[in-house]
Amino acid sequence: MKKTVISVVGKDKVGIIFQVCKYLAGNQINILDIAQTIVEDWFNMIMIVNIENSNKDFATIASELKQIGDEINVNITLQQDEIFNMMHRL
Amino acid sequence: MININEVMETNAMIREENLDVRTITMGISLLDCITDDLKTTCDKVYNKITTSAKDLVKVGKELEMEFGIPIVNKRISLTPIAMIGSACCKSSADYVEIAKTLDEAAKTVGVNFIGGYSALVSKGMTQYDEMLIRSIPEALNVTQYVCSSVNVGSTKTGINMDAVKLIGEIVKESAELTADRDCIGPAKFVVFCNAPDDNPFMAGAFHGVTEADRIINVGVSGPGVVKRALEAVRGENFEVLCETIKKTAFKVTRVGQLVAKEASKRLGVPFGIIDLSLAPTPAVGDSVGEILEEIGLEYAGAPGTTAALALLNDQVKKGGVMASSYVGGLSGAFIPVSEDQRMIDAASCGALTLEKLEAMTCVCSVGLDMIAIPGDTKATTISGIIADEMAIGMVNQKTTAVRIIPAVGKKAGEVLNFGGLLGYAPIMKVNEYSCDAFINRGGRIPAPIHSFKN
Repeated sequence: MKKTVISVVGKDKVGIIFQVCKYLAGNQINILDIAQTIVEDWFNMIMIVNIENSNKDFATIASELKQIGDEINVNITLQQDEIFNMMHRL
Repeated sequence: MININEVMETNAMIREENLDVRTITMGISLLDCITDDLKTTCDKVYNKITTSAKDLVKVGKELEMEFGIPIVNKRISLTPIAMIGSACCKSSADYVEIAKTLDEAAKTVGVNFIGGYSALVSKGMTQYDEMLIRSIPEALNVTQYVCSSVNVGSTKTGINMDAVKLIGEIVKESAELTADRDCIGPAKFVVFCNAPDDNPFMAGAFHGVTEADRIINVGVSGPGVVKRALEAVRGENFEVLCETIKKTAFKVTRVGQLVAKEASKRLGVPFGIIDLSLAPTPAVGDSVGEILEEIGLEYAGAPGTTAALALLNDQVKKGGVMASSYVGGLSGAFIPVSEDQRMIDAASCGALTLEKLEAMTCVCSVGLDMIAIPGDTKATTISGIIADEMAIGMVNQKTTAVRIIPAVGKKAGEVLNFGGLLGYAPIMKVNEYSCDAFINRGGRIPAPIHSFKN
C-alpha cells in the first residue's frame, strides 16, 4: 500500500482537524495514523493516509486540500511518504 | 512508521533551509546522429533530443508535487558536439548551425540549459575540435540555452597548452560579443582538466562516450541545511562538526537518490549517478560561504579557509556516498563566486582574492567558478590562470575547471550582474605581471609521473 503524508501547519484554532477529516471522509481517504503537537500556538499535525480507494488522483487531492487550508488559514501539504522514509530510515 | 518530528524536520529543510534537488539532467548520446550532411545531422539531433527528453520536464514537475521537494532545474547533456559534427561541418559557422539546433530542441522540451557543445582535447585537437572551439563565442552569442565546455587536460595525458592558449582568446572574444548582455557568453562556458563524463551540472555537463544511450543523473544541493545543522553545534570540536556535516549530507543525498530512482523509472531511462554537491544560489541561506563562516571564519578567504573547505568537502562525500547507490559527477562543495551571496560579500570586502580561491580549488570540487575579472585582462593572462588551475587538477588527480568572465569596459571593484541563478559578481583584481612567453611556447605539458600506474 502506498502511504501518503498530509502535513498541516498553522496558527491553532477550533476545527482544523474537523475540516481536514471531513474532506478525507468525503473522498474515501482512510486515515492510518495521526500525530499532532502544538509549539507556541502553532498547530502541527501529520496524518498518514491511504488514498488508493479515493476516486480522485494525487494532484487533485493535493490541490483541494491546499484550498481548504487557504480557507481556514493553515498550510496543508500532501507528500508521498517515501521522501521521509528515504531520509530517516536506512 | 515515520513520526511527526521526522516529517517536521524534512519539511523545515525544504521550507526554511532551501533544500532542493538542484537538477535532473538527462544525458543523451548523439553518436547515432552523425552523418556527412549538416542539415540531416541537425534534423537527427533535433529529433533525438526532443523524442528522448519529451517527458523530462513533466516528470520533474510530477515528482516535485508528489514529494513536495523543489526540483530547480531540468537539463540535458549531450555527446560532445565536436565529434557529432566532425563528418559534416566544414567550418566554425557550420558548428554554430548545430548550436542553434540544440537551442531549438531545448526550447521545445522546456529545459533550462542544454550542455555538450564541447570538445575533448586533453592531448591534441583535431581540425574539427578546433573549429568547434573557435565557434564557441558565436554559438553562445546566438543561443540562449546552450552551454559549452572544453577539456584541455587530464592526469593521464597532461595539459594541451595549444588549447589553453586558444581558450584564453575564445573567452575574451565571447565576452566582447556579449558585452551588451553583461558578458553572459563566458558564463555559459567552462574549461576543464579531468572532466567527468557524467556531470549533471552546467555549464560543464556533457554526455561522455563511455555512457549508455540515455541516462539520468541528479545533482543535489543543500548548503542551507548544513548551515542550520552546524548552528546547533557551535563551539563544539572537529569530531562533532564533521559528524554533523556527514549526517546532514546523508539526508540531503537520500532525497536525491529517491528523485533519481523515481525519475529513472518514470522516464524509462537508466539511473546514472548522484552528484553529491553543495551547490549554492544567490538566495540568502543557500550559501557555501555561510557554512565556512559557521565553521569559524569571519569571511570565506580568511586564514583557515582551505582547511575548513577541505573538511567540508570530505564530510559531504563521506555522508553522501552511503546514501546513494552510484555517485559521480563533480561531487563536493562548489564555490562559485557570483552564485553565492557570502562569497560575493567576501570578494567585495577584499577577504577573498583570486589567489586564495585558487588554493581553495585544490581541496573542493570544480575550480575557479563564475569569477569576473577586469575587461582589459590580456588573453594570455586568462590562459595563464587556466593553466594554473589545470595543473592543480592534473597533479592532484581531480577535476578542476575555470569559468571566468572578463567584464568588458569594467575595472576591478565594479560589479557584473547576470541576474537569476547566475547572480552577480564583483570584479576581482588579477595579477598583471605577464606570462606571454610561457603561454606562447606551444605544445603540451607531459603527464605527471604518478599517472603511470600500469
